Amino acid sequence: MTRRLVYLTLTGVLLLTAFPLYFSFVVSSQDNSALSQVPPPVLPGANLFDNIRRVFDTVPFDQALLNSLIVSSINTASVVLFSTLAGFAFAKLRFKGRTALLLAVVATMMVPTQLGIIPLFMLINKLEWHDTLLAVTVPALVNAFGVFFMTQYLTEALPTELLEAGRIDGAATHRLFWHVVLPVARPAAAVLGMLTFLNVWNDYLWPLVVLASPENQTVQVALSQLRAGYVQDYSLALTGTMLATLPLLLVFGLLGKQLIGGIMQGAIKG
Amino acid sequence: MRAWLYKADTRLSPYLYISPFFVLFAVFGLFPLGYTAWVSLHDWSLLSDEHTFVALANYRELLADPYFWNALRNTVSILLLSTVPQLIFALILAHLVNRPLRAKTLWRLGMLLPNVTSVVAVVVIFSQLFGRDFGLINWVLESFGLGRIDWQAGVASSHVAIAAMITWRWTGYNALIFLAAMQAVPKELYESATLDGATAGQQLRKITIPSIRPTLIFVVIVSTIYGLQVFAEPQLFAGGGPNGIMGGPDRQFQTLTLYMYEHGFNRGFEFGYASATAWVMFGLIVLAAGANYLITRRIRSSR
Repeated sequence: MTRRLVYLTLTGVLLLTAFPLYFSFVVSSQDNSALSQVPPPVLPGANLFDNIRRVFDTVPFDQALLNSLIVSSINTASVVLFSTLAGFAFAKLRFKGRTALLLAVVATMMVPTQLGIIPLFMLINKLEWHDTLLAVTVPALVNAFGVFFMTQYLTEALPTELLEAGRIDGAATHRLFWHVVLPVARPAAAVLGMLTFLNVWNDYLWPLVVLASPENQTVQVALSQLRAGYVQDYSLALTGTMLATLPLLLVFGLLGKQLIGGIMQGAIKG
Repeated sequence: MRAWLYKADTRLSPYLYISPFFVLFAVFGLFPLGYTAWVSLHDWSLLSDEHTFVALANYRELLADPYFWNALRNTVSILLLSTVPQLIFALILAHLVNRPLRAKTLWRLGMLLPNVTSVVAVVVIFSQLFGRDFGLINWVLESFGLGRIDWQAGVASSHVAIAAMITWRWTGYNALIFLAAMQAVPKELYESATLDGATAGQQLRKITIPSIRPTLIFVVIVSTIYGLQVFAEPQLFAGGGPNGIMGGPDRQFQTLTLYMYEHGFNRGFEFGYASATAWVMFGLIVLAAGANYLITRRIRSSR
């Protein structure tokens, strides 16, 4: 295959991945009736702010953005902390049952826990967490992927000599964690944090099941309400989509390179 | 005292550090999944406090319901239509970028871009593109002199539209995973193959695919598990709400997870019946993962 053909194909792929997002920006800046024109609009219009106002009038979108920000931030912090703790233990500490327990972590990554949704719903009702942000936050405080990811990283990146030196100085394990492990873990923690934030921000099924009232909904559930109207108002729905996606795209633009590095690193060892 | 504290610290700290994961997984992951089996043996509804033991009655009823078989057919069809092209495209794409390239980061960012977009956003966007009256795809078809397609209305066309959404969102991500594995393949293998006059396609089939087999197995299984549980794509394509749960007015794209949701949360909270559905799905996932593993294992290792 010639070089030129490779670049041509890759450019085509790039257009294919970027076009739907570009087009939804176009639609979100147009009047809804503009969509029925032939040919359809391909350049942004002047209705963006009008549409944004309509989104906020139709659903409590500011509240939904705030809810998603709260849930995603808490879960990002907790997943990174708990995964680093467990990853440290699995990578560098000696204890009985280590191998078996690590194997259990790997196995649970494959378990389709979504299928336990009915008893989980019953449990959340028992705890009286129904229709609260606790229902979406607590079950996602830590996950198997995070633990495995940090274990892989710390096994290689954390020098055992550094830990031994700390031990000789008489440092307790938790001091080693704060002063030796956390600084070393920072690059992997950033990637894991980003992946977690994306996943929690984009989660849909479980929040849809447990968050009933509009003021408690997350962004994705609020978005689905915009889609569900009797009349298909695409400029409204796509404006909401843009509002919910833009923050992620900004973060992605800034840190995407590290994110790709992290995903590929996790894949080689995984 | 100091020695005792030190001993306690080194003995217990590891368990303390791994306990958050195991406790949370036990309570919110494993317990619900296991309890699903117990609930599935009962006539169990949110609206009544009595839970009569009915043994396998829920399963019998489920297997006798034509809508269940419809949902199973739809799920398998969407799974095949999305997973097969997705993996083939991902392999080719990874193979293309697995060489010295200008603007390396740009191509990779482009590949991951769709995966950063949420499922809900993807469906909203693609529902416009696949719209019957004002959809962009129909407009393109028409300008080429082909007829419009009512994408939502037909069984095959709606499956294709949903599969397109899944493929768009996951191809690049999987390509990156494949690329990572390909970079570990020794370059000399390709060099000697090139000397022997092997084409790029032959190299992909004879060197790359056998070398990245473990990654291939992993990606195939993960995509299958995802595909068997597809929910947001059909639900929102049908417009969300109660209509969405049916997967279109004629259930033409109702998947198994939608069927489970319909009985569990939309129709009188029939927890027993929905749990039986969940367990059947669990069995199917185990079967499919096992079959995938056996099939992909037959790809020969390169050496």
